[in-house]
Amino acid sequence: MARTPILHYFDGRGRMESIRWLLAAAGVEFEEKFLKTREDLEKLRKDGSLMFQQVPMVEIDGMKLVQTRAILNYIATKYNLYGKDVKERALIDMYSEGVADLNEIILHYPFLPPGDKDGSLTQIKEKSRNRYFPAFEKVLKSHGQDYLVGNRLSKADIHLTELLYHTEELDPSVLANFPLLKALKTRISNLPTVKKFLQPGSQRKPFEDEKFVEELKKSFG
Amino acid sequence: MAAKPKLWYFCGRGRMESIRWLLAAAGVEFEEEFIETREHYEKLKKDGCLLFGQVPLVEIDGMMLTQTRAILSYLAAKYNLYGKDLKERVRIDMYTDGILDLMLMIALAAFQPPGEKEEKDAAIVKKAQARYFPVFEKILKDHGEDFLVGNKFSWADVQLLEAILMVEELDAPVLSDFPLLKAFKTRISNIPTIKKFLQPGSQRKPPPDSRYVEVVRTVLQF
Repeated sequence: MARTPILHYFDGRGRMESIRWLLAAAGVEFEEKFLKTREDLEKLRKDGSLMFQQVPMVEIDGMKLVQTRAILNYIATKYNLYGKDVKERALIDMYSEGVADLNEIILHYPFLPPGDKDGSLTQIKEKSRNRYFPAFEKVLKSHGQDYLVGNRLSKADIHLTELLYHTEELDPSVLANFPLLKALKTRISNLPTVKKFLQPGSQRKPFEDEKFVEELKKSFG
Repeated sequence: MAAKPKLWYFCGRGRMESIRWLLAAAGVEFEEEFIETREHYEKLKKDGCLLFGQVPLVEIDGMMLTQTRAILSYLAAKYNLYGKDLKERVRIDMYTDGILDLMLMIALAAFQPPGEKEEKDAAIVKKAQARYFPVFEKILKDHGEDFLVGNKFSWADVQLLEAILMVEELDAPVLSDFPLLKAFKTRISNIPTIKKFLQPGSQRKPPPDSRYVEVVRTVLQF
């Protein structure tokens, strides 16, 4: 029997959260080994476990995978969340990359100096409302189906749903003008595996508030 | 007969250059339309061609694809440059994604204020030598094969060659401690399709200059 995947990262969202969401959505149990201090990270580096000296790193199927996208693509293929052919995969990739671009700004937000936070929040609000959410709303409108690609659940739906949750934390009314996105979010949230992941006590990580950031900076110096 | 892929971008490297390299390596002829004005860009947006309002844009097989990595993955799969199975593909993804991180630093460095550019370039060279090149030198050493993955030419080889040449433009002797990468560079450069692309007159673009930066700033308004 295959061993459970092991995730190596900080005890926080960062770049690992989308991997947690995808594994959870696929109904895959996983273990986590949290890096709590600089020494923990240095040890992994010295062991030769981190190809480019960076985390996330996921141990899966006898491999030590790094690079968030490579990990997500592997999981999606393995658990049939990557469309039925190359063309569907291209659409899934295009949508996932758009989500990743907005998520990149969101994941840095908690760690910005206080003076820079307002500007970043404005940018997040502007880009979600004017660039990204209209694009996805339009995709859903164009085919009227329950999922973004090929009338079937894919990684694109999971990544987008995660993004919708995270954006709403910073901008509670952001989905007001996007009824189809609201419906997608509800629909995906009701899938048994996702529903379970959304419940307290799951491996989903909380919003990174100032206290969290302060403690992380203290441990990592 | 399928139409040639068509590329929309500025007349320069930026995020489109990796796509040009991959098409060229695969021996695929492609057309290019260069964006020089804000009006042209606005028109592309209005026509609904740009999913997130951004380029690169590649029209291929009836699709208007944006997002650099989505395009690169599609091309790699289509032209058999993506390994033979999932395990090879994930290695190609890891290697190319790491290299693309490095190349993005180079692409963005062009937009630094003139005073900071030199410092930024030095940081990039240092990172290439400390973090990226040793990894690929080791990979080549460990298996002793000609190509990075599966003893067969793949997207990873193209991406690495492109990165090596770009870093060498910043610091010519950057490969002095990496003999296998030096041999790799020569070997991959001599593949007929790549050799052709490396010759003057090909669709390969030169390093970014102030004119290119000016056009991009004007079109994208930043």
